[in-house]
Amino acid sequence: MEVSLNWLKDYVKVPTDIKKFCDEMTMTGTKVEGYKVLGSDIENVVVGKFMSTEAHPDSDHLIICQIDVGREEKLQIVTGAQNVKAGDIVPVCLDGAKLPGGKTIKTGKLRGVLSQGMLCSLGELGLTVNDFPYAIEDGIFLIEEECNLGDDIRDVCKINDTIVEFELTFNRPDCLSYIGIAREAAATFGEKTVIPEPKVVETKGEKASDYIKVNVHNTELCPRYTARVVKNVKIAPSPLWLRAKLRAAGVRPINNIVDITNFVMLEYGQPMHAFDYEYIKSREINVRNANVGEEIVTLDGVTRSLTPEMLVIADGSRAVALAGVMGGENSEITDSTVTVVFESANFARESIRKTSKAVGLRTESSAKFEKGLPAVNTLPAVDRACELVNLLGCGDVVEGIIDINNADISERVVAYDRAKINALLGTNISDEEMDKILSSVELIADGKGGLIVPPYRSDIINTADIAEEVVRLYGFDNIEPTMFKGAADLGGRTPHEAFRYRINEAMAGLGYCESCTYSFVSPKSLVKINIPEDSDLYDFIRLINPLGEDTSVMRTHPLPSMLEVLSRNVNRKVEKCRMSEIMTLYFRDGDLSNEKKSLCFAFTPDCGGFYNLKADAEALFTRLNIRARDYVAVSDDPSFHPGRCANVVVDGTVIGTIGEVHPLVCENYDLPRGVCAAIISTELLLDSVKTERGYIPLPVYPAMERDIALICDKDHEAGKLLSDIRSYAGKSLEDAFVFDVYRGKGVEDGKKSVAVRLVFRLADRTLTDEEADSGVKKILKKLESEQGIALRS
Amino acid sequence: MKAQLESIRATAVAEIAAAETSLEDIRIKYLGKKGALTAILRGMGSLTPEERPIIGAVANEVRNCIEEALEIRGAELKKLSLAKSLADEKLDVTYNAIAPNAGHIHPITRALERMTEIFIDMGFSVAEGPEVETVTNNFDALNAPADHPSRDFQDTFYITENTLLRTQTSPVQIRAMRGMTPPIRIISPGRVYRSDVADASHSPMFHQLEGLVVDKGITMGDLKGILSQFAKTMFGPETKTRFRPHNFPFTEPSAEVDVSCFVCGGKGCRLCKGEGWMEILGSGMVHPEVLRAGGIDPEVYTGFAFGMGVERVAMVMAGIDDLRLLYENDSRFLKQF
Repeated sequence: MEVSLNWLKDYVKVPTDIKKFCDEMTMTGTKVEGYKVLGSDIENVVVGKFMSTEAHPDSDHLIICQIDVGREEKLQIVTGAQNVKAGDIVPVCLDGAKLPGGKTIKTGKLRGVLSQGMLCSLGELGLTVNDFPYAIEDGIFLIEEECNLGDDIRDVCKINDTIVEFELTFNRPDCLSYIGIAREAAATFGEKTVIPEPKVVETKGEKASDYIKVNVHNTELCPRYTARVVKNVKIAPSPLWLRAKLRAAGVRPINNIVDITNFVMLEYGQPMHAFDYEYIKSREINVRNANVGEEIVTLDGVTRSLTPEMLVIADGSRAVALAGVMGGENSEITDSTVTVVFESANFARESIRKTSKAVGLRTESSAKFEKGLPAVNTLPAVDRACELVNLLGCGDVVEGIIDINNADISERVVAYDRAKINALLGTNISDEEMDKILSSVELIADGKGGLIVPPYRSDIINTADIAEEVVRLYGFDNIEPTMFKGAADLGGRTPHEAFRYRINEAMAGLGYCESCTYSFVSPKSLVKINIPEDSDLYDFIRLINPLGEDTSVMRTHPLPSMLEVLSRNVNRKVEKCRMSEIMTLYFRDGDLSNEKKSLCFAFTPDCGGFYNLKADAEALFTRLNIRARDYVAVSDDPSFHPGRCANVVVDGTVIGTIGEVHPLVCENYDLPRGVCAAIISTELLLDSVKTERGYIPLPVYPAMERDIALICDKDHEAGKLLSDIRSYAGKSLEDAFVFDVYRGKGVEDGKKSVAVRLVFRLADRTLTDEEADSGVKKILKKLESEQGIALRS
Repeated sequence: MKAQLESIRATAVAEIAAAETSLEDIRIKYLGKKGALTAILRGMGSLTPEERPIIGAVANEVRNCIEEALEIRGAELKKLSLAKSLADEKLDVTYNAIAPNAGHIHPITRALERMTEIFIDMGFSVAEGPEVETVTNNFDALNAPADHPSRDFQDTFYITENTLLRTQTSPVQIRAMRGMTPPIRIISPGRVYRSDVADASHSPMFHQLEGLVVDKGITMGDLKGILSQFAKTMFGPETKTRFRPHNFPFTEPSAEVDVSCFVCGGKGCRLCKGEGWMEILGSGMVHPEVLRAGGIDPEVYTGFAFGMGVERVAMVMAGIDDLRLLYENDSRFLKQF
């Protein structure tokens, strides 16, 4: 909410130091977002009197005039203006003057004639004809205000003001007004407020109830409806003080009656509406739900279709306003209006919010109502409006008020336990001081363990609410920081969370960059990674209101997010890219989700191939102390190369998949062929951590190494060969591994030569050459007899 | 014979001193089985018994002399050859470094890890909760009024009428209170979602760290104590904290917490936009209705809660000015952390 400081000063004294004002208001809970000084972009513009003119010797459209700005010497100014004549009072830019928009005026020559400044228009001062209805748009502003020659134009036009922007909290709708802000300022600076107490001079005779009958058909949506009637209305522009206040508050002045309703809305926070009585058919107002198919043309000229949940203000036959949102065109105040009905009502917040949303129309009025306004204000607000009618002399207030009230507008008493408040805050505030703090915001101790709460403070219900009032005015700074007591607790991470940090560290150690991708993806992402249509993975958790299709479902597979990251990098010419992320996957579980964590790491072909990926996986597993794992070839994972993919198996459980991404999938992501990716369940990985303790003693006796080259089918897996070798050998075989594979000249087609190093060692003595040789023979014999695998000759 | 020996000594020593490469040939030539000196020694049999010890002593002296010369020259040659190879191996130290395969942890993870660690050291435990939540846990139990704007479609991603993507980590508070008996001291890090289009300061998904303490006699002073300690550990020992009154549905009293800018120390700079303070978290005393919703008697227990944006902390710590950089995953960006 934007607040004019000049206006605020009508109700409360505030510090002249704007910084102090803002800081202290913020620290007591009325947060200042910022402030701007109006008129700060205008300098050296004063009031002058147009004395005489003569023609410019060298121009048809320019004239040379003499201006009196209250100094001994007259100024000579050359102007092209048409609308000035001797005696006119005009704004004069002196030498060095500044105007909004950064324009500066200097003494100079216009077609050879000295000009010591400039006369300016409303627009050049940043004003409009709404601010000064008697002025014209194109031409010099002819001032009609009371002023002296040489006066600063900012004072004369009342544009010397500071506008403070407050960010108000949800619980304080009462602060959406000058009076509300004034109360807070008074509490903050230890001042007293001067709140208007409207005194209306009524014209005796006819009664308001003679003019109009009000029926509230839905008291739930309209807890209170208050109205007054003004006759003999003379529609005219408002006086300067009123126009200036509205302008400072960002509201466009229109005419006296409309300006009064806007003024009161700002002052009390109570939206008001003025109807032209002439157009209220059958002289009755019905506050009722809209009929099916009913329509209204609102003041903005738009036809709105209404539904029965919406509340309207209707006359005897039709809707004349959309309650709390906007008035109808059919009963609008015009220049010919002579009788006015002022409405000051209270509407249910939820109803206004829904209606305003449904019709797509949010107004100052609806924005206030939807925050929940106190019903207590309707009466003083309508009286204030009529008091202003008296003041402006723009009509006669008809005797009597129509006030249909079904709201509780009494003061409430809330239990007030000072000790409990001190205990909650960790303070030791004396009873007297606490009472004093609370009384500064008009919360008064009743001396019987209760606190009297004014009706506009609907937010104060319990001890915690009172404590909040105390602490914000007492000052958070005055609370001593302490450390909580109570039973000691070590604290710590959950095993899963701790494990995920270990994985992240390990992956960083292996040279991967951790990414952070959105959890929602496009439903088409699974198609891009070749997942068949009938897969359960398509049973997504879907957002009802996504930002777009690309972020409309929760991911069930980590690969699309990962490939997008690689693709973006490659697209940006970062061709060497290794990425890793622990992603959450979301699987439908009734209405909720079963959320699984999955580690995905991948790299571009420039970083290596399948065996590099496997090495990284192995390094990770070793680092994480994972139990023995097998790699089982997989040819039917649709996202991976059928010949370059394996499941990682620990104790018979598949914990993940590693492989080269399918060439078609790479193509779908504009990635070069050969991207490698691993997907591993972090939950299963944690379950696979070794639980046994202990270590293998270091060898004491030397090892014997024997290298053999074996001829086997080209598809015979090295893993199988080695496990067979281990099972055929005795306990003296310590290790066996493949160190070379050869196909080509000298090896039959369809076969390969696999070079295996065998390492023999005994724990209790040195092995002899003969024993090692016989160990090799034993292995070879079995390989030959059981697998048909022979030594390469 | 003596003269012969002397001559061998002279030529051998000269030859050794002149040798440029291997000394082995010279050693064999003189001292080897068929070497010159050996040949002479073999001929000693023809000498008289009187001559033998004299010549023998001379021969030994010559042998020692040659061996010494070989050793000295050998050491010299080794030194020369090392110097030559070192010269050959000279590298251009200004040439490109061979890049190591160093990996990088994402700045969000890094910040989250650090924040978590600080609270764990103060006795907090980590509690995690699901990201797909019920409207009840995300709003109702947290005392959010039925018409609170945060519930709107424009602000919250809904899955069904009753389920949504959590908009805050606070529902974990409710889960924790229902599953635990006080004292409760938990933090809950995780992803949260709001219906904001991504720009420099908004993201439809981001991370929060939530904290909750419930016990008998917990005060606002305790909240101040914990958070100012956190700020000092996270941002440096000189860091000051400022509590500003605010309003959240789930806490009462509530406060927003600013920390003094750790770049300018509070004087005002570009990072803190001249304010000297940076807003980093929201906090307050747990609302009695929230305690009740968590199955905890507000007449017996009190508590405090706080929540902060992890991205915000990561960004201020690393001087990152555009939120989108964190989710673009350009490895040139990630490699800077």
